[in-house]
Amino acid sequence: MSELFDLPSDLQNSYLGLVGLHLREALIPVLVGLLVALPVAQLCVRVRWLYAPVLWVTTVLYAIPSLAFFVILIDYTGLSELTVMIPLAVYSLVVLVPAIVDGVRSVPQETLAAATAMGFGPVRRYVQVQLPIAAPAIIAGLRVASVSSVSLVSVGMLIGNEGALGNLLNSGLTYNQPRLIWLSVVGTAVLALLVDAALIGLRVLLTPWMPRATRRNKVRALTVKEAVR
Amino acid sequence: MIRIDSVTKRYPDGTVAVDRLSLEIPDRSITVLVGPSGCGKTTTLRMINRMVEPSEGTILIDGVDSRQQPVNTLRRSMGYVIQNAGLFQHRTILDNIATVPRMLGWGKEKSRARARELMERVGLDGTLAKRYPYQLSGGQQQRVGVARALAADPPVLLMDEPFSAVDPVVRKGLQDELLRIQDELGKTIVFVTHDIDEAVKLGTTVAVLRTGGKLAQFAPPAELLSRPADDFVEDFLGADRGIRRLSFFPAAGLELLTTPVVAVDATAERIAEAGAADTPYLLVTDADGRPLGWSEPRDLTAGAITADRLLPYGRPFVAGTDSLRSALDCAVLSPTGWAVAVDASGRATGVVSQQVIAEAIRGAHARIGADAARDADTEPDDGKARKVAP
Ligand SMILES: Nc1ncnc2c1ncn2[C@@H]1O[C@H](COP(=O)(O)OP(=O)(O)O)[C@@H](O)[C@H]1O
Ligand SMILES: [Mg+2]
Repeated sequence: MSELFDLPSDLQNSYLGLVGLHLREALIPVLVGLLVALPVAQLCVRVRWLYAPVLWVTTVLYAIPSLAFFVILIDYTGLSELTVMIPLAVYSLVVLVPAIVDGVRSVPQETLAAATAMGFGPVRRYVQVQLPIAAPAIIAGLRVASVSSVSLVSVGMLIGNEGALGNLLNSGLTYNQPRLIWLSVVGTAVLALLVDAALIGLRVLLTPWMPRATRRNKVRALTVKEAVR
Repeated sequence: MIRIDSVTKRYPDGTVAVDRLSLEIPDRSITVLVGPSGCGKTTTLRMINRMVEPSEGTILIDGVDSRQQPVNTLRRSMGYVIQNAGLFQHRTILDNIATVPRMLGWGKEKSRARARELMERVGLDGTLAKRYPYQLSGGQQQRVGVARALAADPPVLLMDEPFSAVDPVVRKGLQDELLRIQDELGKTIVFVTHDIDEAVKLGTTVAVLRTGGKLAQFAPPAELLSRPADDFVEDFLGADRGIRRLSFFPAAGLELLTTPVVAVDATAERIAEAGAADTPYLLVTDADGRPLGWSEPRDLTAGAITADRLLPYGRPFVAGTDSLRSALDCAVLSPTGWAVAVDASGRATGVVSQQVIAEAIRGAHARIGADAARDADTEPDDGKARKVAP
């Protein structure tokens, strides 16, 4: 059994080690992306005309191949994790910005008026009313961003040893070992599913206030909408 | 007192929503702003708590310009209730109601205790406390909206078409509840509606606005109905304002006939006496005095009166508290043309004919006319026409 997970020594890591690395390289960028997307999205909500150009910029950035990013970044960040994570963070914006904007905009006018009338300042209103109500949409965006990030980390193998489970795929091809290829591909897929499931769990935890029946449908519709974008 | 002093609101796109409006909103009463859609009611209301800033003019709260205090302090001293309630969908009912107290730093326990107290006050079952808004009916949500607005005990309550989105039965319940709460709390309420019936029912004073945000008339409902200022107001009041106006005349002064009322177990002697009253019908009651129905005098034989041979009496009115409108309605509904008066416990206190009601109406009109002539010289006395149940 243990032989199944034995890895060539040049990977300098155990299977679990690679899984941990993969998660790190995939999720830190999404988290950073979220931190960037929140203020950007809020700006887009406040200054309506900004939304279209911002969306355009995120789409163009998304269209840049990761290899091109690596070539540019290597001069600054070298053959490091950071070189892999920066493009991933940038890519996540294409999903996260519209998810947050749509979520915040979905807050009913009456709710906002009521908050203002009760003496909520803009900051308090954003943090205590708009963000919580946008949470389902934001988490829907996070699911798409995280899953795609998990699958994208593997390209890190292109710059040497930074692709985590992707390196395993590379080794499998080099040493012609199908076992390693399977370990890499299945591992990545399972990881993506687990991350997705964890985010669904987070949403259920955070939104006891959503009607049970429509909760699943609504969020699925959002997820599909964002994925299509 | 809230004083709106020649206030104009011009929106950036040039729309003049409110045009040199001046209003004095008296304390501890309900002032209704009514008018067709788009006439500037919401804009006016929102200028009071500065969600909309006036382009010209000032709004004085107890004599002080409302811009003198920080805007959020001003807003927290005014409860705000809107159509569809605008509840926080992500918070429980209890936390929704506790919002302003929490913001004012009351502490969690005190705020929640206060919220529970308010749930009771607005007629919400305590078991709803931990629910979320989506689990409540529209009417219940609206009650939560009212409770939330009252939570920090603000002296002023601003209400923007709060009951427009619920069905008529629920709406009537909410209106009655508001009047009851107002009797207990005595807030200064500014209530916006496009429904003239609601305005007449709730308002101590009613401001009728016309499109373009101009004040058409500002008067107590009874005066509005009896003396509309112009064609616009008259039109807005609708065709049956004459009948509706009767809501303001108490039925208490009606002269009730008691002789034609006989109990089922009445003696032949008593029936003969009743028959001698010379009314076309006699009202038969049960042994307790509750009305059963009408009968022609010659059809009644002592000891042999059966309820199923009687003519229905429609619906009675309560002599002490109902209005002439109610009495007239009962007479019109009764197949005999006579209305049955009862006391609070439902026992018949007498009967009255359409003719007598009509005379009472003429008398009431004559009194109003005399009052009007007198008022022409003196200041009108605020809220003089105390409404009676319609
Ligand atoms: N933010 C706004 N910008 C421009 N025009 C507005 C705005 N809000 C309201 N209006 C206009 O002002 C007028 C009065 O609106 P409102 O006060 O909402 O009327 P009501 O509440 O009586 O229906 C309407 O013609 C409306 O279209
Ligand atoms: Mg309005």
